[in-house]
Amino acid sequence: MNLFVTFWGTLLDILPIATIIFGFQYLVIRKPVKRLGQVLTGFFMVWVGLSFFLVGLEQALFPMGELMAAQLTNREFLPSLAEGAQRHWSDYYWVYIFAFAIGASTTIAEPSLIAVSLKAGEISGGTIDPLMLRIAVAIGMAFGITLGTWRIVMGWPLQWFVFAAYLLVIVQTLRSPRSIIPLAFDSGGVTTSTITVPIIAALGLGLATEIPGRSPIMDGFGMIALACLFPIITVMGYAQIAQWRAARQSAARVSNP
Amino acid sequence: MGFVASLVNQSKDSLRDLAPVVLVMAFFQLVVIRQPLPDSLALIDLVLGLVFVVAGLTLFIKGLELGLFPLGENLARAFVKKGSVTWLLVFAFALGLGSTVAEPALIAVASRAAEVVAQGGLIDSSVEAQNSFAFALRMVVAVSVGAAVVLGVVRIFKGWPLHLIIIAGYVIVLLLTLLAPAEMIGIAYDSGGVTTSTITVPLVTALGVGLASSIKGRSPMLDGFGLIALASVMPIIFVLLFGIIGLQFLPGVAP
Repeated sequence: MNLFVTFWGTLLDILPIATIIFGFQYLVIRKPVKRLGQVLTGFFMVWVGLSFFLVGLEQALFPMGELMAAQLTNREFLPSLAEGAQRHWSDYYWVYIFAFAIGASTTIAEPSLIAVSLKAGEISGGTIDPLMLRIAVAIGMAFGITLGTWRIVMGWPLQWFVFAAYLLVIVQTLRSPRSIIPLAFDSGGVTTSTITVPIIAALGLGLATEIPGRSPIMDGFGMIALACLFPIITVMGYAQIAQWRAARQSAARVSNP
Repeated sequence: MGFVASLVNQSKDSLRDLAPVVLVMAFFQLVVIRQPLPDSLALIDLVLGLVFVVAGLTLFIKGLELGLFPLGENLARAFVKKGSVTWLLVFAFALGLGSTVAEPALIAVASRAAEVVAQGGLIDSSVEAQNSFAFALRMVVAVSVGAAVVLGVVRIFKGWPLHLIIIAGYVIVLLLTLLAPAEMIGIAYDSGGVTTSTITVPLVTALGVGLASSIKGRSPMLDGFGLIALASVMPIIFVLLFGIIGLQFLPGVAP
């Protein structure tokens, strides 16, 4: 029953893009579609695949993220609290470690990031090391998520963090080599894949539900936003360091030949 | 035979995407938390769900590569060659809109957001109210991505520098945040990251790169990517606006 409802729903989700593509193809460009059978098979696979993915998401990824949030903030799991004492934010250290581990591990092996970083290494002519670039993105992503969990624990407004990150992005943009800027902005989007987004969302909402004094609606969102912003900052930071080191090396070569 | 082999390859990629999540979680479960799973979560259900995720993602991505991507890229090239700016902009808008509606991460997060908003009392807790909120949120995001792609195409034509537009976008976000209802701020910020995943990025990048390489003086590297950056700022602006002026038109919204 659940599967049937999902199949019907995803059919409606795919309908717009199918209508747009075929509509433009036949009404505006007015050329027949090459290999129509293959294309239709593809659309059918997209439909079935999307339905299965969403069912699996509800059954596994969302519950797992929420379970981790609940267990890591459980009273018996946290360090014991003296009578009447306030809980300190550092008591939740396992939450931060978990967030960092999830962010770094999902990003460092991301196939699209590997492809992009190899390309960037080629274009830069050796000043950018692909592996270092991947590490920069992974650290940015992991830091963004960890900061997001810390914000939920503290209950501070999301906009403070986002505006501070915006400020850093703007300052970095004005100082970075121009060729790295689009890549840096792109790396923010690359990190948030279809699998990581639901996990992060579930973790944030779970934390905001479990931690006393926080509400899911006010505090539960924002981790995805921070996870997208900090890779931009770390990639531009790495590009500046790489540029500075390349400049220093060539200066050294000039001074003692 | 080649088809089966490529399907196997793709499922390996999907598994590799999922593996770090599962490994980190398993490590925490076995080493740090050391507690049995609660009764509501049977291990077999979880494993089955993960199999669904991998199988679904594999079919989805392979299907995109067979059908949507080649067709979309051909169309983008045809529209660039056709030379009609109006049609190109209409196509750009429709492409951004249509691909965002089918974006899996957005479908999942929008329905979760609707539940949370209902619990928070901003809308009715009835299923209809939640569904209409999730639908409206997705449409707002889809329209905003369409608008972002149009803006990005105009930018490539005019050669406006990307970072100035992004900074202007940030300033608008800042101003709207001051006006928006507090409950919508987190959802709005997150909607920017949700849009840029499986479908939208390849289709929109194909349009940008195709366009940038056909106009003299534009570099595909510098100008092709800009569309994605815009597509992650514009949804924030539109969802904040939706929170300020659009919310009251939904059924089941508490006055």
